Amino acid sequence: MTPPPAEAATMGQASAAFVPAEERRPPSLSVGPIGWIRANLFNSWASTAVTLVLGYLIIRWTLGFLDWAVFNAVWSVPGTGQAVNTTACREMKGIGACWALIGEKYRFILFGLYPFDEQWRPAVCIAIFVGLYVVSAMRRFWRRELLFIWIAALTVIGILMWGGVFGLPYVEQERWGGLIITLILSTFGIALAFPLAIFVALGRRAHNLPAVKALCVVYIELIRGVPLISLLFMASVMFPLFLPEGMNIDKLLRAQIAIILFAAAYLAEVIRGGLQALPRGQYEAAEALGLSYWQKTGLIILPQALRMVIPPLVNTFIGMFKDTSLVLIIGIFDLLNAAKTSIIEPAWQGFGTEAYLAVAAIYFVFCFAMSKYSAGLETEFNRHRNR
Amino acid sequence: MQQAAVQQAANDHAAALEAAQPMIVLDKVNKWFGALHVLRDVTLTVKERERVVVCGPSGSGKSTMIRCINRLEVHQEGRIEVDGIELTGDLKNIDAIRREVGMVFQSFNLFPHLTILENLTLAPIWVRKMPKREAEELAMTYLGRVKIPEQAHKYPGQLSGGQQQRVAIARALCMRPKIMLFDEPTSALDPEMIKEVLDVMVELADSGMTMVVVTHEMGFARQVADRVVFMDRGEVVEVAPPTEFFGNPRSDRLKMFLSQILRGH
Repeated sequence: MTPPPAEAATMGQASAAFVPAEERRPPSLSVGPIGWIRANLFNSWASTAVTLVLGYLIIRWTLGFLDWAVFNAVWSVPGTGQAVNTTACREMKGIGACWALIGEKYRFILFGLYPFDEQWRPAVCIAIFVGLYVVSAMRRFWRRELLFIWIAALTVIGILMWGGVFGLPYVEQERWGGLIITLILSTFGIALAFPLAIFVALGRRAHNLPAVKALCVVYIELIRGVPLISLLFMASVMFPLFLPEGMNIDKLLRAQIAIILFAAAYLAEVIRGGLQALPRGQYEAAEALGLSYWQKTGLIILPQALRMVIPPLVNTFIGMFKDTSLVLIIGIFDLLNAAKTSIIEPAWQGFGTEAYLAVAAIYFVFCFAMSKYSAGLETEFNRHRNR
Repeated sequence: MQQAAVQQAANDHAAALEAAQPMIVLDKVNKWFGALHVLRDVTLTVKERERVVVCGPSGSGKSTMIRCINRLEVHQEGRIEVDGIELTGDLKNIDAIRREVGMVFQSFNLFPHLTILENLTLAPIWVRKMPKREAEELAMTYLGRVKIPEQAHKYPGQLSGGQQQRVAIARALCMRPKIMLFDEPTSALDPEMIKEVLDVMVELADSGMTMVVVTHEMGFARQVADRVVFMDRGEVVEVAPPTEFFGNPRSDRLKMFLSQILRGH
C-alpha cells in the first residue's frame, strides 16, 4: 500500500512543514463566574428581565427579614417567670422579633416539664444521642462493637431519664418533654423500624412461603391504608381497652410502637424496590456458589439493594423524624408541642412566630445533616460502580 | 514429535473415558414454563473428565437444560443425578450439588460491590468454612491461572468484559468443583476478548475438568469436546463426537443448523 511517489512527496512536505496552530485560551467572557452568569442569568432579554425582578424581590425580602430578625429585634426583657414584663416586645410587634421569648423559654422548649434542677440529665442524653449519630455515621465504626455501644448508650440514657438509682431522683415519664422526646421517638423509630422493614420486604418477596408473603402484604397494606394520627389514637385510646385489668403500658411506649409499625411499612416498600431492581443474575450467581438463603441475602443482595435505595430511604427517615411531632395530638410533649405550650402564658401570647422559627431551625439542623450525610454516602458507595 | 504426544494424550483421554463413572445423568427430563414445553424427554449422560459442548438455535432449551443441573431451574418430570446425588426438592441435596458444580454465566454476574479478591474468597470462606488467609492464597493461585493476579484489589466495574469473565471462571474454580457448567460464556463479549476466555477454558479442559459448555463457538467444540450435543425445540436431536458431528450430520435439523452457523466460514 505504498502511495504513488508524487503523493508521498507532498505528504512528506506537509508533515515536515506542519506546525500546530497556536493554542489559545477560550474567550474570557465565556468561562469562569462571568461566563456562568452570562449563560444562566442574562442569556436573553426575557431571562435578564426575570433575573432583575427576582433579584430585586430577594434582596428586598432579605433586608426586610434582617430588619425584623436582627436590627429591630428585642433580645431581652426585664423580669422573669410570672413577673416578666413583655411591654418592649409588644411595642415592637410586627417590626422586630422578640428573641427574649427564646431566652426565657428555651429550657422549657428543650426539656418540657422535666424538673428544672434536673434538666442537665436530658441535656446530657441529647448529647449522647448526637454522639451516637456521629459514631454510627462513620464507616470505620460499622462493626459488631457498634451494637454494644448502642446498648450501653441507651442504657445510660434510660438511667439518666428515669433516675431512681445512683442518687438520681426518680422522674416519671409523664414529665419528660421537648427535644429529648423527639429524639427518643425518632431514634427508636428508625433503629427498630429499619430491621423490621427488611424482614417484611424479604417476606413479601418469599414466593415459596405463601403464608409469610400474605402476612407481609396484609401488614403493609393495612398500615399504609390509615393515617399515622389514627394509629396514634388507637395506641393511646383503644389499645388500653384491650389490656387486662391492672396492666398498663405507658403512653410514650405505645406511641413509639405505633410509630415503628407505621414507619416499617413504608420502609419495607422502599427496600422492596431495591430488591426488585437487583438483576436476577446476582441471585443466581450466589445460589450457584452454594450460599445459603441468609448468606445470599446478607452478603450479596441486601448490601447492593440498600445502596440503591439510599435516597428514598433517607427521604423516609427525614419524613419520620418530622412525623414524630404528630404525638402532640395524644398529649405527649415533644419539641413542637413544647414550643406551642411555651407561648400559652398571657405575657407571651402572640409570639408564636419566634417560637416556631426556633423549633424549625432545630428540625432543619437534624434533617439537613441527614440529607448531607446520605449524599456523602452515595458518592462513597458509587465510587466503584461500573463506569 | 510433539504432535505424537498430543495424539497420545488424546488417546489416553478417550481410553480413560471408556472406564469413567457417570458424573451427570439426565433421564427423561421434562420441564414446562407455564404451558410451554421447554425440555422434552432430555436424556444425557456426562462422564467424569468428559467435555460436552451443547449447541442449538436460541430457544432450544440448552440453557434451561444446563441450569437444571444445579437447580437454578426446577425440572418437573424425570430424574437428574449429579455425582451420585439425586436432585429433588431436598435442600440438603441441592446444597451438596451446588458445592460440587461451578457455573459461569453469559453476563459474568460478578458481585459489583466486592473486590475481585472478595468475589473469589466469598464462597470458600462462607460455604467451605475456609480460613480467610487460606482462601486468599487459593484465590491468588486461580487468578494467576486466569492470568490477572494484578487485578485482585480492583472492583468488577473497572475490568474489561474478558477479564470479568475470566474472574468469574476463577471464582467458580475456587470452590474446587468437580463439574463446571458454562452458559454461553462468550456471547456477551466483544470479539477481541473471546479468545482470552476460550484459552482459559481450553486450559481447564486439558487439566481434566468435567465440563458442560453451552456455546456457539464451533472452533472450541472441534478442539475440545469429546461429544457435541445438538438441541432443538427442547429435544436432544443428535449427540456425536465432533468429527462426526460436523463431518457427517445425520438429521436434517442439524444439517440446516450447521449450514446456518457455518456460513461464511
